Amino acid sequence: MSRREGRLKARFENLAAEGRAGLVTFITAGDPNRDISSAIIKDLPDAGADIIELGMPFTDPMADGPAIQASSLRALEAGQNMNVTLEMVRSFRENDDDTPIVLMGYYNPIYIYGVDRFTEDAANAGVDGLIIVDVPPEEDAELRDPANKAGIDFVRLTTPTSDEKRLPALMGGASGFIYYVSIAGITGTKSAATTSVADAVARIRKFSDLPIAVGFGIKTPEQAAEIARVADAAVVGSAIVQVIADNAEKLGDSQDSPDLLDSVLGFVSELAQGVRTARS
Amino acid sequence: MTTSSDKKPNSFKALPDKDGHFGIYGGRYVAETLMPLILSVEKAYDEARADPAFQAELDEYLKHYIGRPSPLYHAKRLSEHLRGAKIYFKRDELNHTGAHKINNTMGQILLARRMGKERIIAETGAGQHGVATATVCALFGMQCVVYMGETDIARQAPNVFRMKLLGAEVVPVTSGSGTLKDAMNEALRDWVSNVDDTYYIIGTVAGPHPYPAMVRNFQKIIGEEVRQQMMDAEGRLPDSLVACIGGGSNAIGLFYDFLDDEDVTIYAIEAAGKGIDTGEHAASLSAGGPGVLHGNRTYLLQDEDGQITEAHSISAGLDYPGIGSEHSWLHDSGRVNYVPITDDEALEAFQLCTRLEGIIPALEPSHALAHVSKIAPTLPNDHLLVMNMCGRGDKDVFTVAEALGVSL
Repeated sequence: MSRREGRLKARFENLAAEGRAGLVTFITAGDPNRDISSAIIKDLPDAGADIIELGMPFTDPMADGPAIQASSLRALEAGQNMNVTLEMVRSFRENDDDTPIVLMGYYNPIYIYGVDRFTEDAANAGVDGLIIVDVPPEEDAELRDPANKAGIDFVRLTTPTSDEKRLPALMGGASGFIYYVSIAGITGTKSAATTSVADAVARIRKFSDLPIAVGFGIKTPEQAAEIARVADAAVVGSAIVQVIADNAEKLGDSQDSPDLLDSVLGFVSELAQGVRTARS
Repeated sequence: MTTSSDKKPNSFKALPDKDGHFGIYGGRYVAETLMPLILSVEKAYDEARADPAFQAELDEYLKHYIGRPSPLYHAKRLSEHLRGAKIYFKRDELNHTGAHKINNTMGQILLARRMGKERIIAETGAGQHGVATATVCALFGMQCVVYMGETDIARQAPNVFRMKLLGAEVVPVTSGSGTLKDAMNEALRDWVSNVDDTYYIIGTVAGPHPYPAMVRNFQKIIGEEVRQQMMDAEGRLPDSLVACIGGGSNAIGLFYDFLDDEDVTIYAIEAAGKGIDTGEHAASLSAGGPGVLHGNRTYLLQDEDGQITEAHSISAGLDYPGIGSEHSWLHDSGRVNYVPITDDEALEAFQLCTRLEGIIPALEPSHALAHVSKIAPTLPNDHLLVMNMCGRGDKDVFTVAEALGVSL
């Protein structure tokens, strides 16, 4: 049983005490296959990931760009499903009881798994938060309430289109942290100007005391460092997933993948270096 | 209120509720980035509906540009051939651009203009909605981008060329199976990336609220005309209505005005492709289950993990693994009978109608025709049956030739 409340809260408190922002790394669970994906997750904290965001693959990821679309399909083709994703979290928790894991994805696989069963199983596996892209506040009570009841934080998304009229309502049911989607667009495409991100973070702060993580379009250690100066965490997804894609092509039938692991973890270390030195 | 009620509603025309729900179906399952935009579309639409000037402008275009009302035609030879019900066709294939789709695109482009949007995007399967969108964009001088799956581009070449002639950019979609579902994903990705200047004209009664209700309201003129025309022709209401259903816009357009007329039996015909038991079909209601996709909760074709599965139909316009959310509710409530028809049955009906009536139907209404062929012989001669001839078949002659083994 890896159920433990408050991993996200504890992690952000520690980051604040250290005086630095966190690095949130996204990969799709099961990409390019279960074994390699599990090996990546296991080593992410040592490489410098402060929070692990794990994608639940879906056939129709309508808010994602080409990199994460492709990663979803690779995972599904390799046989990934919700049971396996939760099993991967459970295995991770055998060695790490501190690094928060946030599941990200789309509603339908959860809805079909069964919302109550899912939130219970996810909490027991050691999941700390949920980011569900296609369930906005207008619809989220059916998922947010069971999640909160199971001790899972429901992370609300804010975007450049969330104006001051809408922000209070967005903050109302938020827990864990606020995810600021820094561009109006899909993952892995445009990058936002740091000044506009700083303005947005200041705007959100007026309505919430929760930590603010910023994602979308952060591709380099330099960009991650810039975000780390103005927000509580920087989220990097497509750029990491692209490193997996580049190496997966060379993989062939081999299940042994030291190159892939080294490349991914090496890149994550560079990102972490950027985030950790940003404010010094 | 998110639970479906077992008791029969006082009216089948009272939904959606203010949040866009038809019982447990419908809703607004979109990314946060789109929420303010969708709320602004809803607000603008509510204002437009209440504005007589908006309706007057739409009426002018419906009459003089599209050619409404479309005729209600007594298909004598088909009726005689089938020896049963008196069969009428609602001739929406005679609309400008050859299908019912333009009823909706005209309404939505007037709304987009009202909202000050300059760029229009759309998804299309068979290309009928794409052509109808490109047409109104040409009419009003607006930029038009149409997303179309590459599989559909291959089988609907005439419509692709028509869209390009009309000045639209047709973007091939290679993700997934390259059909309507993937085109809709890509259109949503475009919209989320261009929220300021772009309006998304969804072509069917699916997507996030307010689209299912709005598209229905732009299409319900079909049934309203039928009511008047049938009163004029026969002095009474029809006994049954039949329409094909992909997303379900022509079907709800015909049905809506009759939903509370309990004596009117209603059939919606889903594409059974190669047969429900082969797994290669597009019959979301007959063989799918409730799920969440493209902004609404509705019946979907999906596997046990909630992954969306590929639809199959000879008709590109029905080749979609979901269905409009109001249809899911009408299905559960039992008001509408949803019936599957296979590719082969549709092809046979296509040929029958062409030879007997001199009307080449699109493959989509050929599914409805096939069901008419099945039930008409079992019905009395005074049974009044109305089938929505929602599109003409010129676009499909190459597909039909190939299916019949004829090389052109």
